[in-house]
Amino acid sequence: MLEIKNLHASIGGKEILRGINLTVNAGEIHAIMGPNGSGKSTLSYIIAGRDGYDVTEGEILLDGKDLTALAPEDRAAEGVFLGFQYPVEIPGVPNTTFLKEALNSIRRHNGEDELDAMQFVKMVRQKTKELGISDDMLKRAVNVGFSGGEKKRNEILQMAVLNPRLAILDETDSGLDIDALKIVAEGVNKLRSPDRATLVITHYQRLLDHIVPDHVHVLAHGKIRRSGGKELAMELEAKGYAEFDEAAA
Amino acid sequence: MADTAQLTEQKQELSNDMGGEKYKYGFVSDIESELAPKGLSEDIVRFISAKKNEPEWLLEARLKAYAHWLEMPEPDWQKVDFAPIDYQDAHYYSAPKSAADGPQSLDDIDPEILETYKKLGIPLHEQEMLAGVANVAVDAVFDSVSVATTFKHKLEEVGVIFCPISEALERCPELVKKYLGSVVPYTDNKHACLNAAVFTDGSFVYIPKGVRCPMELSTYFRINEKNTGQFERTLIIADEGSYVSYLEGCTAPMRDEHQLHAAVVELIVMDDAEIKYSTVQNWYPGDKDGKGGIYNFVTKRAHCRGTNAKVSWTQVETGSAITWKYPSCILSGDNSVGEFYSIAITNNMQQADTGTKMIHLGRNTSSKIISKGISAGKADQTYRGLVRISPKADGARNYTQCDSLLIGDQCGAHTVPYIESKNMNAVIEHEATTSKISEDQLFYLRQRGIDEESAVALVVNGFCREVLQQLPMEFAVEAQKLVGISLEGSVG
Repeated sequence: MLEIKNLHASIGGKEILRGINLTVNAGEIHAIMGPNGSGKSTLSYIIAGRDGYDVTEGEILLDGKDLTALAPEDRAAEGVFLGFQYPVEIPGVPNTTFLKEALNSIRRHNGEDELDAMQFVKMVRQKTKELGISDDMLKRAVNVGFSGGEKKRNEILQMAVLNPRLAILDETDSGLDIDALKIVAEGVNKLRSPDRATLVITHYQRLLDHIVPDHVHVLAHGKIRRSGGKELAMELEAKGYAEFDEAAA
Repeated sequence: MADTAQLTEQKQELSNDMGGEKYKYGFVSDIESELAPKGLSEDIVRFISAKKNEPEWLLEARLKAYAHWLEMPEPDWQKVDFAPIDYQDAHYYSAPKSAADGPQSLDDIDPEILETYKKLGIPLHEQEMLAGVANVAVDAVFDSVSVATTFKHKLEEVGVIFCPISEALERCPELVKKYLGSVVPYTDNKHACLNAAVFTDGSFVYIPKGVRCPMELSTYFRINEKNTGQFERTLIIADEGSYVSYLEGCTAPMRDEHQLHAAVVELIVMDDAEIKYSTVQNWYPGDKDGKGGIYNFVTKRAHCRGTNAKVSWTQVETGSAITWKYPSCILSGDNSVGEFYSIAITNNMQQADTGTKMIHLGRNTSSKIISKGISAGKADQTYRGLVRISPKADGARNYTQCDSLLIGDQCGAHTVPYIESKNMNAVIEHEATTSKISEDQLFYLRQRGIDEESAVALVVNGFCREVLQQLPMEFAVEAQKLVGISLEGSVG
């Protein structure tokens, strides 16, 4: 479903990604691990199409379609969802307004009928119920005054509503205590789907105790240095990333 | 509470509907007009007065104002930049020929005028109003005259007078004579003085003692004829214990030359009465290079005469090449309350210098100012506000919050608060912030599928939410769309 081929990218002339190759099939969860500064978050931003990064070589294919020339909103409409490490506050905009606008923008883009207020509310209440999220969160302004855990749960709610083909969860565990982490992981697991490819980006193994990946990749110095099963995560936990520093050096 | 919740929910739904439209009110209606000869003189003042069959006292007042205007300097303290106005290069009276004798029944109105209001989304047929959800009476002012006022008779049943000011001169001359110019004297400033000399039409409202006006009242101002100015005069009197919510909207065709709109609005509020006055100003702003557009030089002031009187100004200023207005409150009555909620949006080459004055004279008077300024393109805007506490205003309180939002790096936003307190007991709070729409916010919204312009509109609507919520439902819908439309082309 997601195929990244020989992806090179740079910021301001400095090369950050140096030839990434990665294939994630529908229904699979892949974890990308790596030391700080290895290019993990950059990879997620580049897939989502954030301004400021130059893709100098390679392709990002989703269901066979190259995304690299598309605007972020068009990639979202194609089914790319990025769960942010630091979800952004939008003061004065209620979560429902935001979610409805997002969903209907994507539906419009894909030639589907927009949901009216009633249909939307019904759908979103169903999702909050499934995820065990309080409806109160819908009325509040997007992420404003949310705790770290609430922000991450809001990301999961958005993912549930937008139902993406590709979900990228960038350092979803950062800033969460163990209880919040469990709740968020539970949400991700509930949203596991045979139709969806999921990319979990994390520094630590602990998230992977709760979201069990099919494959684990180590990203260091802009390249995938090693790939394996979930046992690779355990190995990294024990040995750290030191060997990859040397490999690059 | 249920109503409020419902309203809030409905308002939340609005933001979906921000399509890509530019200034859609820029059309010209092909209507034969009767015009006064170009230029300004004592003869023109007499011409206007004669057209309106005015009483002698009013003609004298106009001539006095005109004489004063000749001597008066232009205000020069505002932070706006424009070439001097050639006052001799405009018509000071323009009326559709069919409406020259004042408002008639709808059957007599030029179909082209009816069509104009239909295009603007202002229904003048009462049955259309009743069929719809809106519960609003409309006074439609076309260039210099009122062409129709709806629901007059229904309002009369409860004693509410809502009519063009020229008609009020016949129906209740004593009220007009007593209050016209009592809040904004002709000596106030050059623009108000010009208005006092050449004002043509505008709305008059009287709400009798203890009456809660059963519907929203609104005036819809339309400038159509080229090379004209519009100088309307609005006078609203809320007698003891009464309440009224009044709305005004404004649009004009797109033209290459500037047109002057110098209005005066006076509100008089007695004991325990309340006036809620809302404006959605969408005059033609000029093109992106600053060619054309309306000069919106307006003096609006409320006088809270009575105890517990309350005035609330809400304005959404998105149009005009230049906006110069400071809806103000004179709080004479003890415990009287003044509020000012403002959204000012300037894009491209637009300029705005706007704010309010809260003059605390009575004891325990309180005022609240919430100003949201959004500047984009090469636009420049200033919040200018005065809070004055007189020595006798024991227990007076003011809270001011001024927030500015900048889009892009070529626009400007300025906050100029004046605070004059002569009473040691007064409590005055002032908060101000300036922020930019962040890259992070835009990327976050776009990542969720929302295109860049809609993302900006969403962030700005959130920024303005506190003020948008003050608007009556019918206007909130329109205003929220306007916010998005006004900022089109400001990013990317």
